[in-house]
Amino acid sequence: MLGEGIAKGLVETARNFFGSYFIKDRLTTVQYPEERLPQAEAARNFPFLVYDGDDWLAGLRCVSCQICEKECPPKCIYIEKSKDKKPDAIGKPQFYPTVFNIDVSVCMSCQICVEVCPFEAIKMDNDFELSTDDRFCGLLWDRHRLALPNSHYQKIHPTDAAVSDAILAEDKAKVDAKAKAAVENKASAATPSVAHVDPGGSSTQ
Amino acid sequence: MLFTIFAILTLAGAVAAISLRNLVHSVLALTLAFAGLAAVYLLLGAQFIGLAQILVYIGAVAILIVFAILLIREAEPASPSMVVSSWVGSVVAVLVIFGTMAWAIERSAITQRATGSQAEASMQQIGNALMLRFALPLEIIGLLLTAALIGAVTIALREKGEGR
Amino acid sequence: MILAPPNTAAETADQIFVILRDWIVRHVPGGLQPIFSDLISVVAILAVFASLFAITTVLERKGLGRIQNRYGPNRVGPFGLLQPLADGIKALTKENIVPLAADQTVYVLAPVVLVVAAFSMYAVLPIGRNMALTNLDAGVLFFFAASSVMELSVFMAGWSSRNKYSLLGAMRAIAQMISYEVPLILASVTVIMAAGSLSTVTIVEKQAGYTGILPHWFILTPWGFAGFVLFMIATIAESNRSPFDLPEGESEIIAGYFTEYSGFKFALFFLGEYIGLFAMSGLGITLFLGGWGAPLSFLTWVPSYIWFFAKLLTLIAVFIWLRGTLPRLRMDQLMNFAWKFMLPMALINLVTVGVWEFLPHGVLRWLVCSVMVVVPYVLLGRGLMQGWKVERRVYKFAE
Repeated sequence: MLGEGIAKGLVETARNFFGSYFIKDRLTTVQYPEERLPQAEAARNFPFLVYDGDDWLAGLRCVSCQICEKECPPKCIYIEKSKDKKPDAIGKPQFYPTVFNIDVSVCMSCQICVEVCPFEAIKMDNDFELSTDDRFCGLLWDRHRLALPNSHYQKIHPTDAAVSDAILAEDKAKVDAKAKAAVENKASAATPSVAHVDPGGSSTQ
Repeated sequence: MLFTIFAILTLAGAVAAISLRNLVHSVLALTLAFAGLAAVYLLLGAQFIGLAQILVYIGAVAILIVFAILLIREAEPASPSMVVSSWVGSVVAVLVIFGTMAWAIERSAITQRATGSQAEASMQQIGNALMLRFALPLEIIGLLLTAALIGAVTIALREKGEGR
Repeated sequence: MILAPPNTAAETADQIFVILRDWIVRHVPGGLQPIFSDLISVVAILAVFASLFAITTVLERKGLGRIQNRYGPNRVGPFGLLQPLADGIKALTKENIVPLAADQTVYVLAPVVLVVAAFSMYAVLPIGRNMALTNLDAGVLFFFAASSVMELSVFMAGWSSRNKYSLLGAMRAIAQMISYEVPLILASVTVIMAAGSLSTVTIVEKQAGYTGILPHWFILTPWGFAGFVLFMIATIAESNRSPFDLPEGESEIIAGYFTEYSGFKFALFFLGEYIGLFAMSGLGITLFLGGWGAPLSFLTWVPSYIWFFAKLLTLIAVFIWLRGTLPRLRMDQLMNFAWKFMLPMALINLVTVGVWEFLPHGVLRWLVCSVMVVVPYVLLGRGLMQGWKVERRVYKFAE
């Protein structure tokens, strides 16, 4: 009969209307900015520089190798190398960047800089609330703005941070072992009699 | 005084309707003339006629004219000069006719008769009159309208049949 | 008009606005009093119905949102109720773009004509006891005359924009409006026949009695119910609201006849359409729902204007409900519905009213009139649905 479909439709919408007040699952709206949906673990936005410990200048992992600057497709990274060296994350003395700028308005979040970095120094952040009203320098970030602690990296990307920390620990272990071996070698070289008496001690590594 | 205003409005609308270049503008000016006429009817206390004037003329006839223009007109026809070459003769003719009619009405017996107290033609009375005294003319008008409707539909159908 | 002073508190509350107006008018010199009294009533009507428009826009958006399982606007003010303020500021500060090729005079006049015609319809609506602005002898006729001027403004808007989509939208809108005007007026004629007068105040007074606790509203009769349904459908069509909003279908011809309007003129069109909707709902309430009368006999102590606005808000809620439920009707479906279903239904309804008036009171006339209304409804419905074939879709290439 004419009007039957209309009546059924009206009942359906009335159910929707009244249900939305009593059944919480019906309203799936997330009231941003009071509530936020959690981001997926692999979510990424713009890069940041990782530093270990509390002092961002001393703990900065970046050794200014400039691979990311060369590999960046839109060329948004600008690096100036230092003249002196400081110990890096695994203890070896390395250069460090005196200037490390990323133009975030150009960056396309391709993550190539992260993929090519051999030192686990640059990683992707997932912060997206970056609006600024400074149209000239607001989106040109220097190394201080880019430096964030390792704890932040572990919080936003736990699995990737675990992998990164494992790699760095392994490298550090190798360097430490080499340094210990060098120290032992020097110690054995300083006392030659002891070294002759004990041939199979320190030469076999 | 109100009558003067509405009379001027009606005349202005009518003059604009015949002298404006743009066709749709002249239709809208004609609508203004209809509205002025409806106001005059309402001033006379003829509610039914005044409101029916608005409902029928403005709400239906003007829309009909507008539809006709929209469906038939070409894109922006060149509007010719609004002043005909023989305008002197037509003005003389109009003045002669108007003068004769005015003289005749002034001299006739109608103006001498005292305007009697007119009973307000209420809706009830109009309805009664239409249904009782004027029932036959009403039915004939209805028949006439039906004939016109059938004629219009027949013409439209035939054209569609030929067009296919 | 000097009324007898009210004796009970309920009567005072009922007539409070009339008393207020008379008190203000008393401070004006004698000759100007009638004009002042009307002026105050006009200002009150403008203020009340414009604020009702503002509230309706936000309630509609929230209602539609809840129907669609989302919140409506809830940022501006508590629960988003100050949203009309934000909308108003937006409409007023938007750039007023007038197309170079548009016909300037007609372009500017169109929204003005719409709003003037829409507001003038309120002059004959009895909003409460003794609260109709004028008691015209031909009130209902005046109402329809004013609503037919609205169609002219639609054409003016569409044509003056010099835009083929606007023109198309305007032609469709006018065709729809004049098609649905016929069942609208015929449905009202049934009430006029039953009440014996064209004056809205008289029609409301005719529905003011009670048998037991039930009122004498015309909707509670078979022909009244059919007439009310026809009237409401025609009202939705006249105001170009969903599901009859093809002329302003946002997904099809942008905005139809007011595509080229921006800023304040657009706001005026929006206002005019809603005001027209309220006015026609008000007429529906006056004709079928007993105007300012209470629904049950023991509720007459509630002031009359409260009942009018309660009924008006209920009707608005129903319109919003319908808008959230039904898909848009296509042009040919629209026209078929108007001419092949509603017009015959309205004519049969007219005959039914006549039969109702001539049969003696009792069960017989209820039975006869109900049959006279239901049988054509079923038959006409069946006739209308004949052309609909709902088949299972067969995909040629995807199977």
